[in-house]
Amino acid sequence: MTARFTSRFASRFTARFTARFTIAQTLVALVIAAFLVVFLVYPVATVVYVAFTNADGSLTLGHFGSFMQISLMRESFLNSLYVALMTVLMSSLIAVPIAYFTVRFEFRGAILVQTLGVLPLIMPAFVGAAAMQLLFGRSGSVNLLLGDWFDFTIPFMDGLNGVIFVESIHYFPFVLMNLTVALGNIDTAMEESAQNLGASGLRLFRRVVFPLAMPGYIAGASLVFIKVFDDLGTPLVLNVTNMLAPQAYLRVTSIGIEDPIGYVICFILVGFSIAAMWGATLFLRGREYATLQRGATGLARRRLSPWQTAFTWFWIVLALLLVLSPHIGVLLLSLSKVWSYSLVPEIYTLDNYRTVLADSTRMIVNTLVYCGLAALVDVIIGTAIAYLVLRTQLPGRQLLDHMATVALAMPGVVLGIGYLRAFRGVEVPFTDTALTASWLIFVLAYSVRRLPYALRSCMAALQQAHVSLEEAAQNLGATRGRAIRRVVVPLMAGGILAGFVTSFVTAAVEISETMLLTSRESLAPMSYGIYLYMQSIAGRGPGAALGVIAVAIVALGTYASHRFMHSRSANLETRLETARQG
Amino acid sequence: MQSGVKVEIQHVALAFGRTQVLRDIDLAIEPGEFFALLGPSGCGKSTLLRVLAGFNRAQAGRVLIAGEEVSGVPPWKRNVGMVFQSYALWPHMTVAENVAFGLEERRLPTGEVRRKTANALALVGLADFAARRPGQLSGGQQQRVALARTIAVEPRVLLLDEPLSNLDARLRVHMRRELVALQRTLGVTTIFVTHDQEEAMTTCDRIAVMDQGVIQQVGTPVELFDRPVNRFVAEFVGTINLLPGSLQRTPGETVQFVSPSLGTLSLPYAKGMPGNGEASIAFRPHGVILATHETDPSRLWLSGSISEREFMGEFVRYHVRVGGADLIADQPHYLGMADFGRDATVRLGIDPAQIQVLRG
Repeated sequence: MTARFTSRFASRFTARFTARFTIAQTLVALVIAAFLVVFLVYPVATVVYVAFTNADGSLTLGHFGSFMQISLMRESFLNSLYVALMTVLMSSLIAVPIAYFTVRFEFRGAILVQTLGVLPLIMPAFVGAAAMQLLFGRSGSVNLLLGDWFDFTIPFMDGLNGVIFVESIHYFPFVLMNLTVALGNIDTAMEESAQNLGASGLRLFRRVVFPLAMPGYIAGASLVFIKVFDDLGTPLVLNVTNMLAPQAYLRVTSIGIEDPIGYVICFILVGFSIAAMWGATLFLRGREYATLQRGATGLARRRLSPWQTAFTWFWIVLALLLVLSPHIGVLLLSLSKVWSYSLVPEIYTLDNYRTVLADSTRMIVNTLVYCGLAALVDVIIGTAIAYLVLRTQLPGRQLLDHMATVALAMPGVVLGIGYLRAFRGVEVPFTDTALTASWLIFVLAYSVRRLPYALRSCMAALQQAHVSLEEAAQNLGATRGRAIRRVVVPLMAGGILAGFVTSFVTAAVEISETMLLTSRESLAPMSYGIYLYMQSIAGRGPGAALGVIAVAIVALGTYASHRFMHSRSANLETRLETARQG
Repeated sequence: MQSGVKVEIQHVALAFGRTQVLRDIDLAIEPGEFFALLGPSGCGKSTLLRVLAGFNRAQAGRVLIAGEEVSGVPPWKRNVGMVFQSYALWPHMTVAENVAFGLEERRLPTGEVRRKTANALALVGLADFAARRPGQLSGGQQQRVALARTIAVEPRVLLLDEPLSNLDARLRVHMRRELVALQRTLGVTTIFVTHDQEEAMTTCDRIAVMDQGVIQQVGTPVELFDRPVNRFVAEFVGTINLLPGSLQRTPGETVQFVSPSLGTLSLPYAKGMPGNGEASIAFRPHGVILATHETDPSRLWLSGSISEREFMGEFVRYHVRVGGADLIADQPHYLGMADFGRDATVRLGIDPAQIQVLRG
């Protein structure tokens, strides 16, 4: 070899001192970090701090002691745990067979299954809850029919059952989608090589298929657990108050922002959410197998025997009916004059819509403004974090990603209470309004909580745009900033838009933070309006009408982003494909 | 268009973490030269190209373009045109917009941008495709767009990163001729990264062979092929028979080469031969003659048996077992020519003048 080796020491020395990031990047990162610290970390830290300190600031575990001594609190804790676990179980019972059958077998109902996966998510659980009461309650349509025909009834909606029932129908798509993707990503060759080596039947399933699909299932199930454990709107609409989130809300709103028990509950909510998320991450670490090789297909599909087909259809139609029931219920409710003790409403009317449009236009406008601004903030921060993480060497850039993602595990109740406590007495600059009494607080709260959705979307979009596309622009004379503006952002447009829509629609139906942060009715968004209407029997009709309008907005947004993303990514895909194959 | 500038790379070193990717790279590329960086994947050739373009920063050493140090100059100010392996055409812009991009970034007046874009597209024969999107073009056409986009800005240096590797074999040969023709028209200093020795030898004026971040040899294609300086170059450029052993100077005009597999061979002494000690001999398969009996007394004759036979069309490649060694001999093939079957016993004649002695 003709090489003379440069001193290793010298090259290390220069490596350490070669700047691999710019001042502009550092500034952007610092601004984002400050935003997250002030509006995410600080409120949550405040909540935790209050839970562990006396009024004079000294550390104490006393509040936890008092918590344990109140039997209602113990009961609420166990109820929340029970409801969350039962919902995971019920969701799995609905989702696992559907996922397995559709991926495993030749089956023409694929479009139905996809519908199953999206439908529940566009209608928030608490909106459907009142309608479910009318369909499945003690004197609801289904039980009226059962009583007439078979002379017995099923207590679907009694107490905790109702919460579990409504939440399962709402959240099973998380399990279904994740599991379907995981199963669909298993390469036929994985299974075939196991068969080739002698495995078959249940052994094959247990040793190859099941372990490969497990990460998908865990990801979905842990998300369901967190969502249900933290949910405030559904139990309250169903009038179930002996659970943790409702108790936190009631303590803070009735006893006051000083009541330490509310903070103890918040701490427990945060603790369980983070533990569930962390547990899932630990489990998933190193198990996110990239199983699908290029050009390979998913699991080989088998033909179903006639009775298997019948069973599959039966299961899917049943699930579809369940999934549709809150939608149908809300629609009927919104069109009914009176609806009780009858199969379907007896008198139909559009009055509810008239009432809502006359009284609540303000709320609709509020929702559009708050959520639009929050989503805008999210995609700007999301794009910036994605770029910093994926395209720069900035030290600590992963921390931004982690911080933003943790918001996923932050219960709305906790952030809501945290905001009220941390920012009390803080005024919006240049005004006399308190921050907690202004509309800005909604934008901030929504943007922090929905940031993870926008961030994932932006990350995925940036990952698809190969780095050489950006380098080519720089090579041709575009500065880093101009290359981002002319090449990177346009290429990410689809993902950014999808992120915007996701943030927007999920914020539009947010209820936990909303209930806590609504200080007066003129500031209230639609979701609060729905909840308020649903509180009285007479308000159910208008509440449902407002719900239908909210769902319409959400559905339209979701549809638009799907359409856009689909055409966009299909386009990009074919282009990249041709580029690659040459 | 612009005439070439000189590119000098002086003692450049670069490491990614603990992996040393470039080690003391020293090269001078002449103005207007078509220069190749040739080596296996992972040898550092693409990294070196990215150092020239400014995407990677050398941790030691200097890079001079037209005599001017560019280490601190960002990519967008270097005016060094790079054609990416993936072409990196922007899918959201038309062909014309792609080509116009660099001109717009240079804030040229609209008329100028339009004229130069049209010129560049005409130069690569794609004038009719200006309004298409990259996704609607074939691989060869995309490659031309990438080339047009780069030469439109009249770069001082043209960098080509495996530009032909995504094309099918027939198109590759065609494109490489076009590339040579284009480079001659433009006269721009061009650095061409490839792992394909045939590509490098057919297109380039000079080649630097790289391995493990080190330049092994720099020379014209003929020099590299005929006078490789070490075993790596000998084996990487073309096909060769390489036998390790040891060298012993003897009085007079010969040297003794002792091979563990062949025994002792007597070779004529040549200037520049390594001294006593470990050495290898190397000779090309097409210089070897196979015969049933010794014909030419000036050759070195060994006997062996055919262990494998590959019919390549123009020639037949025989693997011949000689002593403990497996040697390759290429015999030209004509109509009606008889050849040797497997296990046939043959005499193998090597011209001593064709034998290289390499150190190590």
